[in-house]
Amino acid sequence: MKNSSRRGFMGKAFGAVAGVGAVASLYAMKKSWDPLPSVKAAGFATLDMSGYKENELVTEKWRGKPIFVLKQNEEMLTKAKANPKEMDRLIKIGDSYFMVCVGLCTHLGCIPGYNPDDESFLCACHGGMYDFSGDVTKAPPPRGLDIPPFKIDGNKLVLGEEGPEYKKMLESGTTLKV
Amino acid sequence: MAHFTKATSVKDWLNQRLAVEKVEKVMMSEYWIPKNINFLWAMGMVLVITFTLLLVSGIFLLMYYQPNVNLAFDSVNYTIMREVDFGWLWRHVHGVAASVVFLIIYIHMFTGIYYGSYKKGRELIWISGMLLFVAFSAEAFSGYMLPWGQMSYWAGMVITNLFSGGSLHADGLVEWIRGDYVPAQAFLNRFFMLHVLLVPLAIMGLIGLHFGALRIPHVNNQDGEEIDFDVESKKYLAGDKAGSKVMRFANDFMSKDMMVVGIYLIFFFYLVFFHYDFAMDPVNFDPADGLKTPAHIYPEWYFLWSYEILRPFSTNVGLIAFAFAQVIFVLLPFLDRSPNTVPASRRGLFRIWFWAMLIDMIVLTSMGKVPPSGIFSTIGLYAALTFIGLWIALPFITKMEKKV
Amino acid sequence: MKNKEPLILVVVVLFSLLTYYLVEPFAHSQMHKHHESEGFEYKDLPALTKKGDATKGQELVMGAAACVGCHSIEKAGVPAAMEPQDAAASYGVNPPDLSNAGAVYSARFLADLIKNPAHALMVEHKFDASKGQMHPMVPFYGAGGDIDQEVADIVAYLQSIAPKAEDLTPAMAFETACGRCHAVHYENWTQIGEKPKFKYKKDELAFDIKVLEYQKSLTKYMGKLPPDLSIYIRSRGEHFIKTFVENPQQYLKGTAMPRVGVNAESADKVLEYLEDSGDLKRHERESVGKNVMIYIVIFAIFALLWKKQVWKELH
Repeated sequence: MKNSSRRGFMGKAFGAVAGVGAVASLYAMKKSWDPLPSVKAAGFATLDMSGYKENELVTEKWRGKPIFVLKQNEEMLTKAKANPKEMDRLIKIGDSYFMVCVGLCTHLGCIPGYNPDDESFLCACHGGMYDFSGDVTKAPPPRGLDIPPFKIDGNKLVLGEEGPEYKKMLESGTTLKV
Repeated sequence: MAHFTKATSVKDWLNQRLAVEKVEKVMMSEYWIPKNINFLWAMGMVLVITFTLLLVSGIFLLMYYQPNVNLAFDSVNYTIMREVDFGWLWRHVHGVAASVVFLIIYIHMFTGIYYGSYKKGRELIWISGMLLFVAFSAEAFSGYMLPWGQMSYWAGMVITNLFSGGSLHADGLVEWIRGDYVPAQAFLNRFFMLHVLLVPLAIMGLIGLHFGALRIPHVNNQDGEEIDFDVESKKYLAGDKAGSKVMRFANDFMSKDMMVVGIYLIFFFYLVFFHYDFAMDPVNFDPADGLKTPAHIYPEWYFLWSYEILRPFSTNVGLIAFAFAQVIFVLLPFLDRSPNTVPASRRGLFRIWFWAMLIDMIVLTSMGKVPPSGIFSTIGLYAALTFIGLWIALPFITKMEKKV
Repeated sequence: MKNKEPLILVVVVLFSLLTYYLVEPFAHSQMHKHHESEGFEYKDLPALTKKGDATKGQELVMGAAACVGCHSIEKAGVPAAMEPQDAAASYGVNPPDLSNAGAVYSARFLADLIKNPAHALMVEHKFDASKGQMHPMVPFYGAGGDIDQEVADIVAYLQSIAPKAEDLTPAMAFETACGRCHAVHYENWTQIGEKPKFKYKKDELAFDIKVLEYQKSLTKYMGKLPPDLSIYIRSRGEHFIKTFVENPQQYLKGTAMPRVGVNAESADKVLEYLEDSGDLKRHERESVGKNVMIYIVIFAIFALLWKKQVWKELH
C-alpha cells in the first residue's frame, strides 16, 4: 500500500506506541466490567441446617441463584445407600443427610419443580428429571444439579466457601465448579 | 445499475462498493492543507481527541450512574469512586476533559478570530463552530446536574430561572423545563437524557457539518495568503513536495497534529491525576439540599464571562445583555465589514479590538467568580459595558479598514 | 520566514495561566478566609505545670471526681450505664468512653476541659453559666487538695490506660474525636457505632430507629444534625478540616461545633480515616498516574520524531 510505505519507519513506530496505550486502556476497561467488591462480598450465605423438615423442599438464595435444600427421609436414605453415586451427592450434618443444590436445570437454566410424592424434580422447560439427590434421571440435562461450594461449620452450612467435603466432591467429579 | 466485476482483492471488493480509495483521497491524502500554518491549526484534532476521551469515559460512567435523586450522589461518589475498578479514572478523565475542552474551544475560537478564518466562504465553518459551542455548553450544563450535589442543584435552579424572562414572569415555562416546581426527579431524568443522548447526537451531527464546511474553502493560513489549491496540489503530486505551498492532510499534517496531541496529553493527564480539583468543584461534593444555598455560587469557569454580563445589571437589562452575549459571536462574519482575510496584526483598529476583546473576556471571567460586591462589581459592570461596546463598534471600525 | 510558533505558544500559555490564576487561587482567596494551623498546641489554654500521678488519678476518676458517673471506660472495666440513644436523650450527646481519650486529646486541652468544659470546647456562647446555661459535663471543682495537681493526676491516668500512638488506628481516633456526632455512611459508621450487617429487615429497622432516636436528641442539642463526613475530604479539603477542628469559631462564628482538642498525631489519623472514606483510591491514582505520565511522554516523543521524518521532505 502506498500509504504505509510513505509513512516510513517512524510512522510505524509511533503507531506501535499508540497501540500499546490503546491496549493498556483496554485493561482498565475490562476491569471496570468486573463484578463490584460489594457483589463479591455478598457471595456468602450461612444456612442453619437444624430447621429443615424431611422431604420438604426449601429454596434459599445464594449469589442471586435459588438453592434447593432437601432433608432426606429414611426411604431416600435407604435408596441412596444402595447407590453410591447418589450417596456421594448428599451432605452429612450431624446425623442428617441433605441434598443442597443450585436449583437451576443443568440443561438451560430453568428452575425444576419438586414433587414430594415421587420424590423427584421435573423441569417444565424441556422435560428433564432429577431424583431426590439431585442426580439426573431423564435427559436432556447433561448432569445432575450442581452443588454450590460449601463448608460445614457445626450445625451450619456456609455457602461460597470451599470446605474439605466440597473439595472431595469436585475431585470425584460429583459436581462441577459453580 | 453499476457494473461490478469479480474482485481481485478485499480492497478492490470494497472499492467497487464503497469507493474507499476515493474516500481516502478526499478525506486524507488529497485533502490539501496550506504549509504556512502553525500549531494552533492542530486544535481541531486536539478537540476530536478530547471529545473521544469524553465519550469513552462517559460510556463507563453510564454503566454505573443512577439517574435518581436518592441514588445519584452516592452512585457517583461511592459506587464509581470506591467500588468500580478504575471508576475514579473515568470520572476524573470525564471531569477534567469537560473543563479542558472549553479551554481548547476558546483557543480554537480566538485563533479563528485572529486570522479572520470566518470570512469569504468560511462563514459556515464559523457558524457551525458556534453551534458546536452552544451544544457543548448544553452538554456541560446537563452533565453538571448529574452528580446531584449542591452546585448541581443550585446551578439547575438558577439557570432554569433565567427562562422566566425577568418581568415577563414566564413561570410556566420554567416549570415546564423542570417538570416540577423545583429541580427534582423529572428534572434529573430529562437532563440525564439530554446529556447522554440528544445533545451528544447533535454534537456528532454538528461535527460532521463543521468538517464538511471546511472541505471546499480549505483551512485558512497564518499569512492571509490566497492559495490556488489546484495548482499547488498538482505541483506536490508531480513530486515537488518542497516547492509546493500545500501538503497532504494525512500523513503530512496529521503527523504534526499528533505531535501537538502528544504534548497536549502530557498536560491533560497531569491534570487528571495530580491537579483535578479545579475541574471538580468542592461544593459539589455536598449532596443536593433544596433548603440551603451554598455561600458562594458560580458556574464552571467557562461560563463565567457570560454569567458576569448578566450579573451587574437589574433583572431585565441583565437578561437582555446575557442573551446578547450568547448570540453575538455567531454574527461575527456579518458584523466584520472588512474585505481583508488577514491576521489581526495587519488590520489596524481590529488588532486593538481583538486584544481588547480577549482581555475583556478574561476580566469578565475573573469577576464572574468573586463575590459581586465593592470594587469587583464595579469592574464587572465596566467590563460588561466594554463587551457590549466593542461589539457595537465592530462594524464601524472594520468598515473603515483599508484593503491590504 | 521566521518561526512564530514559540511566541504564539508563550501567548497562549500566559493567557491560560492568567485565567487559571484569576478563577482559582485569586477567586478562592477572595471567597474564603484563610487560617493557618496552630499545630494543635492550644496555646490559649494554660500549660500543665504539675506532673501527674496515674495511681492517684485513678482514685479520682473512679471516686471523688465522679467521672464514671457519666463516662464509661471499657478498658478499665467500667461499662456504659445506658444505651447511646438513651444517654443522648439525657445529656444531648452520648458522653464519650474514656478508654482512648488520653491518646487522642492533647493533655493541655484535657486539663482545661476537666476544669471548665465550655471554655476548652469554645462553646461559652452557648453555655453561659451566669445565665444558667450549664454545659452537660459538670466541671471538676477539686477534691480538696491542689486542683491543678489533681487534674494533672487525672490526665496522667487517662494517658496511662490509653493505647500507644502506634496502636491507635485511624478509626479509633475518628470514633473518639468525631464519631458521636458525625456519621460516615461510606464507612458504615453511625453516631451509635458501626452498623452491622443484618439478615432480617426487622433487626435492621430496629437499629435504624436507635440511630434516629439518637439523632433526634443530638439535633436538639446541637441546633442541627451534624453533617455526614463521608466525603468531607473532597468537599472541604485537608487544610480546612484541620484548621476547623482546631478552632471552629474562627470560620463559623456562633457554631455549636465544639473545639475538638485532638493532638497533632490524632488529627493526622482522623484525616487518614476521612481520606479512606472519601478518597479511597488515592494511592492507586498516584501510582497509575506516574505510569501514565511516563507512557504519555514516550508517546509525545515518538509523535515528534514521526513529524520530523514526515516534514523533512516538505521543506
